Amino acid sequence: MSEPDVTPDLGGAQLGDTAQLVDAAKLDDGAQNGDPAFASQEAVRLEDVHKSFGDLEVLRGIDLSVAPHQVICLIGASGSGKSTLLRCVNLLESVNRGRILLWGQDVTAPGVDENAVRRHIGIVFQSFNLFPHMTVLRNITLGPTRVLGVPRDEAEEAGRALLVRFGLSEKQDDYPDRLSGGQQQRVAIVRALAMQPGIMLLDEVTSALDPELVSEVLGVIRELAAAGMTMLIATHEMGFARDIADRVCFLDEGVILEQGPPGQVFTAPGNSRTQQFLRRIVDAGRL
Amino acid sequence: MPVRGSREGAYLDEQTLLAAGAPPPGSFEGNGRGSHLLGGQRAAAVSTVSTVVFIGAVIALFVFAPGAAAVRHTFFNPQQMKQAFLGDPSKGLYSVGKGLILNIEMFLIAEVLILFCALVIAVLRQLRNPVLFPFRMLAVVYTDVFRGVPLIIVIYGIGFGAPALYIRGISTQSDFVYGIAALVLSYSAYVAEVYRAGINSVHQSQVAAARSLGLSQWKSLRFVVLPQAVRTVIPPLLNDFISLQKDTALVSTLGAVIEANRAAQIDSSTLFVYSSYTVAALLFLCLTIPLARFTDRLIARDVSRRLAGGRAVR
Repeated sequence: MSEPDVTPDLGGAQLGDTAQLVDAAKLDDGAQNGDPAFASQEAVRLEDVHKSFGDLEVLRGIDLSVAPHQVICLIGASGSGKSTLLRCVNLLESVNRGRILLWGQDVTAPGVDENAVRRHIGIVFQSFNLFPHMTVLRNITLGPTRVLGVPRDEAEEAGRALLVRFGLSEKQDDYPDRLSGGQQQRVAIVRALAMQPGIMLLDEVTSALDPELVSEVLGVIRELAAAGMTMLIATHEMGFARDIADRVCFLDEGVILEQGPPGQVFTAPGNSRTQQFLRRIVDAGRL
Repeated sequence: MPVRGSREGAYLDEQTLLAAGAPPPGSFEGNGRGSHLLGGQRAAAVSTVSTVVFIGAVIALFVFAPGAAAVRHTFFNPQQMKQAFLGDPSKGLYSVGKGLILNIEMFLIAEVLILFCALVIAVLRQLRNPVLFPFRMLAVVYTDVFRGVPLIIVIYGIGFGAPALYIRGISTQSDFVYGIAALVLSYSAYVAEVYRAGINSVHQSQVAAARSLGLSQWKSLRFVVLPQAVRTVIPPLLNDFISLQKDTALVSTLGAVIEANRAAQIDSSTLFVYSSYTVAALLFLCLTIPLARFTDRLIARDVSRRLAGGRAVR
């Protein structure tokens, strides 16, 4: 991570010419023009982030730094705040205290255009959330055409290329309810990628899937990681987290209790709560 | 998941079951047949008999009631019904049939305007932009008021109130226009609520997915929420339009619009029988019953699609 170029350039060539995942040129422009948004070494930075729903404090001071091209896995019990953290980064929830910086720009500051911020962040949900009244291809081209103003035929061409790349080309004219859960989730990932995001947030994307469909979705995520996509992944798939993560963060009751390389967190956890959590996972045969 | 149980059940043959004290096959059939609506021969026979008895009783009421002859003469006089339907200018009779065309015209014009106005009102109530607050308030007050005031009072208010204002362009319109304006004012309030229910039925996760792509609140509504909402509310909307179709008859109270009901009024005061009203009623039924059956079919299709897609769409 020592190179000065901190734009999340995935190198379109790795993914094939038509399936460039990040509009690197656009981000480079920002860097060259001295745009403060690109002056940082960090893709994501959370400082003392607090979030409450009524009396319930879900996030109780989160500090986290994600470098470009890094894959961070968030682990922890249900209700520990993983999903809320991701939703805060995407501004789907507003934080009560602290700040969130994307490429050095404070996106929690007043007056920030949240639509403009979300354009650069892809999020994939546990329950897929595809638009049921649109075909697969329309699901994918909605964002590029209506938000980025890409002409429809161009957006469709790019969308088809992404579908080919992820083995979904036969499904482009189907409606989501004709697809298996695994296929739906892969389409949801492609839909997010079509916006050429600089960061992907994955919120327990395999939790709603039948066990035999999990691997096809994890395969797609591995491919993204290999291509250098910056990712924040909330997951219950510990084996997967150990494989893919540059860093694992253990969340407990709204704080990050422990973080480090997966080898360290999974084999020699320092915190007793982490040990307890991992022991339960091992007992359940999930690691 | 294929059901395995039924296959395994086949290993137990009848002999085994009988030996185990199970009742012989077919011994439950007597009970089973009657349980379906109109299913099975016995049920069919029973329903036929009960229908015949019921219709017979209703007919008997009309035939044997003390005033039956008078009612037949005033309400079901074939000669007068024919005259009222066709109209006869030489006798000063208006055609109820032609009048109905005017009802259909009013209905069609009003329906298009209502669909548009109601959608605007429903969307206004949904947008959370602080700049739009006064409009949101206005939309709430509007729906409250016009859902609460009887349509006939709105028709009087517009039909007699607007001309009295002496505003150029507004006060000089025909009763046909005032009638449509009243229908639109009243029904837009109802239909806006139908739209709103549809908008609220779209799950919040759909909005989250749309917003996360960078779509603005308006674009999320326009491309993701409204298309799904409108699909859901088509059957209830059709329901409202069935009642709109027959409520166009209330515009006759303004006097100058010779639509079906008004034509029937004039005819009955000329012929001194009410058969013209029966004609009008039958004509309205000819329009509303097909619309009602069409609505039923849409609802049935919707239900079966939901059952089919229930597993995939969470």
